[in-house]
Amino acid sequence: MAERKLRIMVAKPGLDGHDRGARVLARCFRDAGFEVIYTGCHQTPEQIAASAVQEDVDVVGLSCLSGAHRYLFPRVVELLKESEADDITVIGGGVIPEHDFQMLYDAGIKAVFTPGATLDSIVQWIHDNVKIQ
Amino acid sequence: MNDEENIKKAEKIRNGDIRTATRLIRNIENNVPGAKSTIKHLFPFTGKAHVVGLTGAPGAGKSTLIDSFISQYRKKDKKIGALLVDPTSPFTGGAILGDRVRLQRHAEDPDVFVRSLATRGALGGLSKAAGDAIHVMDAMGKDVILVETVGTGQQEVEIMNHVHTVIVVLVPGMGDEVQAIKAGILEVADVFVINKADRNGTGKLYRELMHMLDMADSFPGGWRPPIIQIGDMFEKEGFGKSIEELLENVQGHYENLVEKELLGDRIRRKAVVELNEALQSSILAPILETLIADGEMDTMVDKLLKKKSDPYSCAEEIAKKYLKKP
Repeated sequence: MAERKLRIMVAKPGLDGHDRGARVLARCFRDAGFEVIYTGCHQTPEQIAASAVQEDVDVVGLSCLSGAHRYLFPRVVELLKESEADDITVIGGGVIPEHDFQMLYDAGIKAVFTPGATLDSIVQWIHDNVKIQ
Repeated sequence: MNDEENIKKAEKIRNGDIRTATRLIRNIENNVPGAKSTIKHLFPFTGKAHVVGLTGAPGAGKSTLIDSFISQYRKKDKKIGALLVDPTSPFTGGAILGDRVRLQRHAEDPDVFVRSLATRGALGGLSKAAGDAIHVMDAMGKDVILVETVGTGQQEVEIMNHVHTVIVVLVPGMGDEVQAIKAGILEVADVFVINKADRNGTGKLYRELMHMLDMADSFPGGWRPPIIQIGDMFEKEGFGKSIEELLENVQGHYENLVEKELLGDRIRRKAVVELNEALQSSILAPILETLIADGEMDTMVDKLLKKKSDPYSCAEEIAKKYLKKP
């Protein structure tokens, strides 16, 4: 009998050492029954994309509080595409101004969650939008 | 899936295709029908890698040691696979796989393939898929495969069935001398590491391990497990030297296995376990599934509760029904 489980990577790209939020999310995903790969702070988009491929994740969740999301998030999507892994859903969150949302959506980020988003709403979004491999 | 597809997949994996390999590992974890058929086509190409296991208490430093191993092996141009196991929650089925944090400086190296596994209820310190995941990495042409168990206590010795060399990582300050004479994890070590050896209690732990080893009548192949002390990782020179010493001993252990013709015993040990598991999943699992689907399982449990039968009689009845005597 097959027992499929959602695999999600929680990653913090760039020069941002504040990972409290990312760890809370990792814990919340664990409690939702997901297998969570956590890669720690200060990751380059290259490291994140390579790890996502090796770990065969369904979702990459990026957290950025430094303001560099306009470069870092789209770059992860781009690199996944280069590795022929654009079936992996990329979502993001952190301190992100509303007027950047569209730019991120256009770049292939499927959802953006900012302060105030409930943990339940994030898990629900994943359940509704991600097909487990 | 037809066999041709399986052969194609196996070929891709042998050529080092990471996406195909990691997905196969996933399908094995998920018990996807057909995943095992791909393994059949990989199995003939396994058996070349040196498989090294690291086990020890949570926070003992296993992942950090693996990180240093990878750096050293890469200097010698060895291709590396690493399997990192972390526990699954018994309540939600979820898991946080966090060993990778220590290895991220190797993330972009195409000759280092790191894969995290959740235990999914397995109690021996590994995941059920670990054995096959090792085969996958082996068939990919990895020279060394490093396997990290969950943080272990005394009893999780499954690792010995899957690797050639077992490293038990200890840290000072965990208990008295009685701990060192207990059965279990200390018995399966081929190499001991006393990690964080700059801390208090290192000398005592070292002496206790020495005494424990002194009491053994003999060692297989004459290999007395060495005890390597590794100090502060931020004191680069000393740390680097200890890692080199450790790797020399790991290599020495492997050479000893080969020289004394003991490697075959280890490989046989793994083969026995794998055959057992395969028999379980081919014979027992389908019977259990049928029993559950037919409701027969519930009927039997009800009988037990009412004391109308006992577990042994039930099992014998089922055996009579499903197992034909030749």
